[in-house]
Amino acid sequence: MTQVLSRVPAFAVAAVTILLGLAFAIVFMEQESDVAVISLVALAAVAAWLGTRAGVADRVSAAAVERPGSIALLVAAAMLVLIGVFVEDHFPLLMLATVMIYGTVALGLNIQFGYTGVVNFAGAAFFGIGAYTSAKVVDSGLPAILALPLGAIFAALIGLLLVIPVVRTRGHYAAVVTIAFSVLFKTFLEVNDTLGGPQGLSVGSMKLFGWDFGDSPTFGDFEASFYLNYALAALVMLALVFVLVRRLERSWLGLSLDAVRLDETGAACYGIGIRRSKIFAFVLGNAIIGLAGALYGSMQGYVAPTSFTFSDSLILVAIVLLGGMGSPWGTILAAAIVVILPEKLQAIQEYRFLLFSAVVIAILLFRPAGLLPRGVRHYFPPLRKGAEP
Amino acid sequence: MDLLGQYLINGLMLGTIYALVAVGFTLFFGVLDVIKFSHGDVLMVGAFTGFTAASAAAAIGLSHPLAQLAATVVFALAGTAVLGAVIAKWLILPLKTAPRLNILLATLMLGTALREAVRLFYPDGSNPKAFPALLPTTAWQFGNFTLRADSAILVVTGIAVIVGLHLVINRTRLGLAIRAVAQDEETARTMGINYTLIVLVTFALGSGIAAVAGVMDGLYYNEINFGMGLLLGLIGFSSAIIGGLGNLYGAILGGFLFAALQMIGAVAMPFASAYKDVFAFAVVIALMAWKPTGLIPERSSDRV
Repeated sequence: MTQVLSRVPAFAVAAVTILLGLAFAIVFMEQESDVAVISLVALAAVAAWLGTRAGVADRVSAAAVERPGSIALLVAAAMLVLIGVFVEDHFPLLMLATVMIYGTVALGLNIQFGYTGVVNFAGAAFFGIGAYTSAKVVDSGLPAILALPLGAIFAALIGLLLVIPVVRTRGHYAAVVTIAFSVLFKTFLEVNDTLGGPQGLSVGSMKLFGWDFGDSPTFGDFEASFYLNYALAALVMLALVFVLVRRLERSWLGLSLDAVRLDETGAACYGIGIRRSKIFAFVLGNAIIGLAGALYGSMQGYVAPTSFTFSDSLILVAIVLLGGMGSPWGTILAAAIVVILPEKLQAIQEYRFLLFSAVVIAILLFRPAGLLPRGVRHYFPPLRKGAEP
Repeated sequence: MDLLGQYLINGLMLGTIYALVAVGFTLFFGVLDVIKFSHGDVLMVGAFTGFTAASAAAAIGLSHPLAQLAATVVFALAGTAVLGAVIAKWLILPLKTAPRLNILLATLMLGTALREAVRLFYPDGSNPKAFPALLPTTAWQFGNFTLRADSAILVVTGIAVIVGLHLVINRTRLGLAIRAVAQDEETARTMGINYTLIVLVTFALGSGIAAVAGVMDGLYYNEINFGMGLLLGLIGFSSAIIGGLGNLYGAILGGFLFAALQMIGAVAMPFASAYKDVFAFAVVIALMAWKPTGLIPERSSDRV
């Protein structure tokens, strides 16, 4: 099997895998019964295991190294097709948009955790800052589209308050700073009246060049779900952030961030500014999280403190670890699993947090590197072709 | 004056509970260099075990409050001690070489699992339970200030537990072994110390102390619920950190400091006493900026 596979171009293997994944996603999203959902999950697990054994996974990652741009475009196209299939249904579109928003957040956290090793257990708090900003911006009569950049800016600015303790502390001491901030933020929202207290605020819908995101787009006599607007916006946002993260990883900046994570003393010896790198990663990550939060607030139509608790921050951290630290593709896959699976398993809704925590513990025990572990850097992909037999 | 006295006794009470939780974090960090974040939820399990024991004791006809109290404390202690050792054996020791973040997340998730398990599987677990008032409720009057016997007993018990732990750590062979393991695992092994056993005993000890804190919390507020462990665990962790990890006195200092901050927040900002937790956590963040390794820093050197 492996020999046969090695004769097929890696890109073709990857393309077929992505198509199969798309077909699976379409079938999976349509299932209603728990038996079907659970058997499909089991099927996916078996297929993933067999695929790894047969060497498909290696070929796919080889393709991702050789032609990263084409693979990314292909996945984006597959996402578009997926959105297109469910264009009339509110719930699947809402789920897809949520996956992409959470994926964006996890990419932001990835810059902090995965590259630089700056721990952030307040992801949901910065996400909440973005969401509350969008509520306030729409409320104040400013153009609603400003909510996105302002959400990012506010999250970054409020994150700056934490910069001194985050930069000075390490390890567990750093964890407590963001954990304390996470609890502080939620308590603050609950007791602050101008931010709506425990009830939260309602968010007006977003408008772009006179196009209201709350309206359903109509094409002739065909009417799509209004979540189509948000799903497309989330896809664009995710794609842009993904490109940014990949560029960052490949740049000298990404290299110095990695150095800071792996060995602070060593990095300092080579003249890398430890503090500067940490501040850069922390602020950039928070800005990305805030941007995603602004879109999320606008999509949900309301913001309340209960959506931005410490437990939500934990779920975000779990996405990053589950996908594999520093692995953007793994992050997005993990976001899809973490968001969609509990929603699809409605009958075991009661037990979903219990199951979820059990699954994360099992992964940490048996596959600590995550689902799609980050590979070694490949700076010169074309040269490798000739090098390999 | 009377109000201030009330705040003082309240702060002492909370400080004792926080210190008991923080001491557990410090013990675990001492022997294994790990943070066991499920500690708060182990505390909650202890409180529920105690509650069950008290109800069971009442059901089989033990009507004397002291007998019920004894059953509560014994079962809560034993239950959580076993739970703590099981967690150490099956979750924390296997992850010992994993990155710190993985252990932190695994134990956080275990905390969620414990919380959810109590909520789902304990009879009517999603609703708060009225913890029986097992302590005498006589009150002494000093001028305007009322001192309730139950608060006094709880504070004295808590301080006695802390002193007892101090004696165990510093004056017994077990304590010597724990300190040896905390200082250097390999050397401790070569000296004939059963490493795994000591780790398990330490986790049992720390978890048992958390159960005491949980029962105290239940007796003080007369109510327990499945979510009580989350905030108590977070506060205990913050206390252990601001005191300085790996230092017993740091944890105690941190616990009382956190309670003091909450009380200052409540007293000094009468217009906004709802912000007392915001204030306390903000001060924690500021303290971390000022003293990045806690008020009483670890004595270990930076190993490169």
